[in-house]
Amino acid sequence: MKSQHKENTLQKFLVQTALVVLSIVFLFPFAWMILTALKPLDETMTMPIKWIPSKFLWGNFLDAIKYGHESVGYYPFLVYARNSLVLCALIVSGTVASNSIVAYSFSRLRWPGRDLAFGITLATMMVPFPVLMVPTFALFRHLDWIGTYRPLWVPAWFGSAFSIFLLRQFFRTIPFELTEAAKIDGASEWRIFRTIVLPLSKAALAVVALFSFMGAWNDFLGPLIYLLDQKTFTLSLGLQFYQSQNGGTSWNLLMAASAMVIAPVIILFFFTQRLFIQGIAITGLKG
Amino acid sequence: MKKIGRREAWAGYIFASPWLIGFFVFMAYPLVASIYFSFCDYSVLKPPVWVGLDNYKALVNDDLFWTALKNTLLYAILALPAGMATAIILAMLLNAKIKGMAVYRTFFFIPSLVPQVSLAILWMWVLNGEHGVLNPILNPILNKIHLTGPNWMGDPNWSKPALVIMSVWGVGNAVLIYLAGLQDVPTQLIEAAELDGANSWQKTRNVTIPMISPVILFNLIMGIIGTLQVFTVPYIMFPNGAPARSTYFYAVYLYDNAFRYHKMGYASAMGWIMFVMILVLTLGSLRLTEKHVHYQGS
Repeated sequence: MKSQHKENTLQKFLVQTALVVLSIVFLFPFAWMILTALKPLDETMTMPIKWIPSKFLWGNFLDAIKYGHESVGYYPFLVYARNSLVLCALIVSGTVASNSIVAYSFSRLRWPGRDLAFGITLATMMVPFPVLMVPTFALFRHLDWIGTYRPLWVPAWFGSAFSIFLLRQFFRTIPFELTEAAKIDGASEWRIFRTIVLPLSKAALAVVALFSFMGAWNDFLGPLIYLLDQKTFTLSLGLQFYQSQNGGTSWNLLMAASAMVIAPVIILFFFTQRLFIQGIAITGLKG
Repeated sequence: MKKIGRREAWAGYIFASPWLIGFFVFMAYPLVASIYFSFCDYSVLKPPVWVGLDNYKALVNDDLFWTALKNTLLYAILALPAGMATAIILAMLLNAKIKGMAVYRTFFFIPSLVPQVSLAILWMWVLNGEHGVLNPILNPILNKIHLTGPNWMGDPNWSKPALVIMSVWGVGNAVLIYLAGLQDVPTQLIEAAELDGANSWQKTRNVTIPMISPVILFNLIMGIIGTLQVFTVPYIMFPNGAPARSTYFYAVYLYDNAFRYHKMGYASAMGWIMFVMILVLTLGSLRLTEKHVHYQGS
């Protein structure tokens, strides 16, 4: 018994050590990003490496925000940030609205062909985006939507397999007695959906909103295909454009700008940690 | 009773209609149309012209197509096992009962939140040939065995491993899925194995791994689907697949065909080949693992 106890303590110590070392490895790139962002330009290029900046230039973040002018074809950071936010708002609201309605139908209404339709819905998750890319582009070109935000947000209002699946799993757990009683009282499906199911599903709706925000904020290929005018670029596209124009020069400003693109996502994560982890666990386990 | 059923069915169709429309417009139609386009000469600017199997025949003789395919498969063969092993090991470490575990979990998860463009730019700086930080850290260790850090971004032999390292860094999502799986393993099973005198390795090998095998399979399939489509990071980090086309991936070549060269028919053929590859690999891994995956309660 005593040796068992000793073994456990040793094991715990080893696990703890491994976690500390690996944490440092995983967090190091972030530290390097911030340290670089705070350096004067010449100190980013000294060899041997100057780890700590001689002075912390917080103004670099301001410079990265202010950098850019119409004349160089690169717009200031806040223009891209605004574009990203507008697009995210349209995509998130569409995703939550459409998928909650559709998931209600798949989870709490019975109709012929429902289970087959749901099976097909799940199967669509395997379809790679590149195979849909060309006809979808041709379709939006036919509608004269190229160069607008519409190809990026309109589809979000028509449901997506992943969010339907996630919400359906959750809606199914709401006791049927709750909605049956309302039905007997003559409440319409819309009313039951709005007044019973939605208020009980705030956590699941938040998970879907969160994931769709991350997806939209992250998206690069979509904006790359559909946006033409610099002024309409999203942050992802703007940052890539800046990098391709000025790559290899002002790494301190580039790191500052990158950090500011990452920051909103990480801040959002910190405020919604529990939801996040639940959401990921649902997708992996019940899949 | 029958009337209620009918009303419910109507409501069902109406509530499902956004997706039913979305499915036909944004999924079924493009899927079918891209088969048709793959048999056409199509530039989007002019209507498609039927050319039969020409696109597929041209692909077979297109060296760049084979290069892109080989690069993508090789990358998948390196990145999938590396990511999977790292994720499982991290999940097991994070499943131990130790103080401050929530903080460690956050640490390993955060890199997977980084948007692709930022990820590419951050690592371009970390791996930079002249001023990168990784080699100055590795060299003191490597020098002892008479090696020096490779030219990650400039050497065609090291550009793919560089991308693998980046993908392993962002493995946090899978870690969380494994962790949720590990927490579902009944403790009685582990205790029973302990009573039978199993050591840590035996417990892992014979109890834990079989119990989380459905999660492993799920992550493998999602990994295959994602890895074959890898686009953003190599597109940004390695213009035109530099060095020496070693990072010219399938999805990048497909994109170039469609939107740089306006060979939309050719790109559609590539898209369908990718789709069939994903189907074959997914069904193949389901079939191959059939005997090794244990579902609880079945």
